[in-house]
Amino acid sequence: MAKELLKVTDLKQYFPIKGGMLGRTVNNVQAVDGVTFTVHEGETVSIVGESGCGKSTTGRAILRLDEPTGGQVEFDGEDLLALNNRQMRKKRKDLQIIFQDPYASINPRQTVRQVLEEALEIQNVVPKAERAAKIAELMETVGLGAHQADRFPHEFSGGQRQRIGIARALSVDPKLIIADEAVSALDVSIQAQVINLMKKLQRDFSLTYLFISHDLGVVRHISDRVIVMYLGKIVEIGDKTSIFDNPQHPYTKALLSAIPVPDPDIETKKERIILQGDVPSPINPPAGCRFHTRCPFATDRCKTEVPELRTEEHMKEGHQGACHYIKEIQAGTHEAKY
Amino acid sequence: MREEINNGAAIAKAAPNPSFVKLASVWKKLRRSYSAMIGGGLVLIFILIAYVGPYFTPYGPREQNVINKLALPSSEHLLGTDHLGRDIFSRIIHGMSITLEVGFVSVVIGLIIGVFLGIIAGYYGGRIDTIIMRFMDILLAFPGILLAMAIVSVLGPAIVNVIIAVGIFSVPVFARIVRGSTLAVRKLEYIDAIRSLGASDARIIFKHILPNVTSPLIVQATLSVATSILTASGLSFLGLGAQPPTPEWGAMLSDGRAYMYDSAHVATIPGVAIVIVVLAFNLFGDGLRDALDPKMKN
Repeated sequence: MAKELLKVTDLKQYFPIKGGMLGRTVNNVQAVDGVTFTVHEGETVSIVGESGCGKSTTGRAILRLDEPTGGQVEFDGEDLLALNNRQMRKKRKDLQIIFQDPYASINPRQTVRQVLEEALEIQNVVPKAERAAKIAELMETVGLGAHQADRFPHEFSGGQRQRIGIARALSVDPKLIIADEAVSALDVSIQAQVINLMKKLQRDFSLTYLFISHDLGVVRHISDRVIVMYLGKIVEIGDKTSIFDNPQHPYTKALLSAIPVPDPDIETKKERIILQGDVPSPINPPAGCRFHTRCPFATDRCKTEVPELRTEEHMKEGHQGACHYIKEIQAGTHEAKY
Repeated sequence: MREEINNGAAIAKAAPNPSFVKLASVWKKLRRSYSAMIGGGLVLIFILIAYVGPYFTPYGPREQNVINKLALPSSEHLLGTDHLGRDIFSRIIHGMSITLEVGFVSVVIGLIIGVFLGIIAGYYGGRIDTIIMRFMDILLAFPGILLAMAIVSVLGPAIVNVIIAVGIFSVPVFARIVRGSTLAVRKLEYIDAIRSLGASDARIIFKHILPNVTSPLIVQATLSVATSILTASGLSFLGLGAQPPTPEWGAMLSDGRAYMYDSAHVATIPGVAIVIVVLAFNLFGDGLRDALDPKMKN
């Protein structure tokens, strides 16, 4: 197996809620609470989950765009959280991010050339004399014309802007790119183009992707492995086929049952698991298994005991679920309550 | 995919820089506002008078003619003479540059310090923010003239010290405005993008945040010039600013005070001059605010 590029251990991101006269911390939003996973060189790992489950926060914490509360982030054998500001700025060359909103992620006052030039200048990737050539090359790489470099962001469409965002991320020759909902804001047809571009770039530049998305169709298309998150914790992790064809955690099953099938016969017959209630607040998350308030299989044990990620006998290697009753549900001995 | 790009190339001709577009639209709106045009026009005329006028005055600002003291306006002395027989018209013209310089320089001092503190507070947040902004609150809690008086009485009465004092008193206003705008801009995604490229804080602050906080600053600076002129004149009136022979309007007003009953014009004319200049800056500032406020876009 390829070497471990990114190793996240017990990552925690709490946002304090200040209150009272003296502005003391009254409580915390536990956006990410103890997330552990590894990303191998050259693969695409996706993080999926509904809004507010902490998937974007995880990405931002890895890049230290928000300073994590606890845990370790090891990149290429180096502990990112132990670096000081200067070292981290240098290290940022290796880890890049593509943002969700192509309209907000580029400074509207800069031309594309200025955007890319600044990136090259910050990391000093190529000598000054070669920057113009590099910019032209980057534009071509992401499918834009070099002649468009002197235009401002408002002169481009959403898809083109996202290409500019990709070019900017690529400009510093990164090893890992975190795509934070990179295609969610685009039209479906443009989504496909951008995703295919990303796949092509991955082959050409041997990139590793951490792909954060709520769009299961896109995730299925692009990923090697998938991480399913719920309320700040990983509920299931495994390779793409295991997760999509053989989901083990009740939450993953419910999530996957929501994917529409483009065949009305199957679609009407398909059994959809409708979860009850809403996602609880991450301010005071439920004790025990965080999913127990909505889980059709929950018992008293789930209310007190936190389930660890585990691999049962019938599961493939590397496929882990965080549920006490994986085996029983699989065997059909544990009945759903609704 | 190819087609999309080629179409884009065909449609989008070299569009102008958005900063220019914005500048043009601001100018268009400014032109429609009477108050801004009158205020701005007056300000321009004042600047012209301040730097060209002194060469054309009929008398020197310190030229005394005691025999002809406290004369009423006449063809010889357009605005009359004061208690030492000095031509008030000439003194007003010579005083214009002092008034404007006090206004501009003190605002520039306040602007530089205020922007620096405000950006630091807004960008770094946390404890630094609390310390800076509580200090600004303390400054803001004093009535302006009282704070300026305290500073001048420590530094000694002189026009330079008045400028420093008025500058310090306009710091908190700028710091608050800049902090607020910085907080908003800092959260934008492109700031995160630049940061994830490894940009230093200085680069982010000066290249990406500062250009985005200028509109409210321009408006506030214009309005602050008016306040500063008023405060500086007040200090000179109280004898803490420009000293007697200097043709400063506040000091002239103070001199004329003793002759209010018999020769009201000696005190009234410098007073009216102050009112007109302050009014011009306020009109211009209000017009600018309307033109620059994005919510007023139609």
